[in-house]
Amino acid sequence: MDLFSTFFNIPVLVASLPQLLNGLLVTIGIGVTSIIAGLIGGLFLAVLRLYAGPVTNALVRGYIDIFRSIPLLVLLIIVYYALPFVGIRLSPFFSAVTALTLVSAAYTAEIFRAGIEAIPKGQFEASAALGLSSRYTMTDVILPQAIRIVIPPLTNNCINVLKDTALASVVAMPDLLKQATQAQALSANPTPLIGAAVIYLLLLLPMVRFVARLEKRFSRGRS
Amino acid sequence: MKAPLIKIKNLRKAYGNFTVLHGIDLEIAQGEVVCVVGPSGSGKSTLIRCINHLEPFENDGEIIVDGIPVRPGRDLADVRAEVGMVFQSFNLFPHMTVLRNVMLAPIRVRGMSEADAEKRARDLLDRVGISVQAEKYPGQLSGGQQQRVAIARALAMEPKVLLFDEPTSALDPEMVGEVLDVMKKLAGTGVTMVVVTHEMGFARQVADRVLFMDGGNIIEAGTPTEIFDAPKEERTRNFLHAVLDH
Ligand SMILES: Nc1ncnc2c1ncn2[C@@H]1O[C@H](COP(=O)(O)OP(=O)(O)OP(=O)(O)O)[C@@H](O)[C@H]1O
Ligand SMILES: [Mg+2]
Repeated sequence: MDLFSTFFNIPVLVASLPQLLNGLLVTIGIGVTSIIAGLIGGLFLAVLRLYAGPVTNALVRGYIDIFRSIPLLVLLIIVYYALPFVGIRLSPFFSAVTALTLVSAAYTAEIFRAGIEAIPKGQFEASAALGLSSRYTMTDVILPQAIRIVIPPLTNNCINVLKDTALASVVAMPDLLKQATQAQALSANPTPLIGAAVIYLLLLLPMVRFVARLEKRFSRGRS
Repeated sequence: MKAPLIKIKNLRKAYGNFTVLHGIDLEIAQGEVVCVVGPSGSGKSTLIRCINHLEPFENDGEIIVDGIPVRPGRDLADVRAEVGMVFQSFNLFPHMTVLRNVMLAPIRVRGMSEADAEKRARDLLDRVGISVQAEKYPGQLSGGQQQRVAIARALAMEPKVLLFDEPTSALDPEMVGEVLDVMKKLAGTGVTMVVVTHEMGFARQVADRVLFMDGGNIIEAGTPTEIFDAPKEERTRNFLHAVLDH
């Protein structure tokens, strides 16, 4: 048996392709839901941190530190296997989305905060000196500049969330990786795994290239 | 004499134990051009940044601009609408065209229509010699051009007072003149100006009054001739000696 027909077995690949594509849809479903929920949660946390008092601020900081420290796999397993002991029973899909969102919101909050803090103090001062209200200072001056700064790290975070969706396979979620391992077992051939890897690459490589281009443009614009 | 436009009484400011302003008293008349000179760290920037409350100050002191007390709260927007400021580092909004930079505050603060704001902005850009670059972004302009746009942006609010914090210190030497020329023209229009500057030639030529600051106090004040040709205080003499020597 040669290497090629082991790892790149075309008939096996073709037979498993529908199953893999189904898995891809699940992966994208988990990923996109978590990304959107994480963006909303992160923006909310970042604004809380900017405008709330010291107690709320400390709570938000605590949240951010905890969810950036905990391994996602540990969190996912707690959500799926431990929470039922206190009566919270989430489906595999919502377990995965919950864990991913909790973590993504923490990272996103930090990205937004850093984006707003990266705006030079002079921009706030010029706005104040002109008499702009804090609302117009944010919407007309600060956020339009901050958005440009946060797009590369936000895209990076999206890439991480999409990659981490593969962990959902441990809670019996039929995502791309899970489908591939099942197809591999069924056909007694590892080609579906290679196929899954290629699909992940096709999905994520363009985003990685996109971030690289943005970061290059950004650093050029600043010099 | 008319009532002063700006009244400053016992203005004090400290960072922790370090006192930056030791109880400044100062009155500035409508239409007066005041230049503030003094060594680095003497509190010049802090003084003018208190006038529009970019810096908070001790609340036993008082600043009144055109009858409105400068303090946090709702009146502050009214003060800031009447007091324009030009910064050393321009602080234009880099994501907006030059024209938009000048239009923004009249629209957002004065509620002016787009069309009126644009007309005013184009007139002002014309006055400072930037009309051709109206559609460009600040980053595409030279430092001198950016500073002239910043002056137009401040003027668009039709302020009673213009504050300048070393407006030419960040410029290449060959661009200093074009900004000073715009400021000289302004000084003749009746707007009240408070200018922190190291350009002694400009101060001598344009100022009605020159303040010399050191260590958080106004050490000496007078006409340019009094300050530059016959300074009374030792510290003023030493300072002028040092800056005019090189
Ligand atoms: N945020 C701050 N914290 C602590 N000290 C400060 C702060 N800002 C200014 N100072 C101090 O206050 C003093 C006065 O500063 P200010 O900027 O008003 O001086 P200046 O006369 O404008 O000097 P320069 O000519 O260098 O601009 C300086 O000694 C400075 O170090
Ligand atoms: Mg200064």
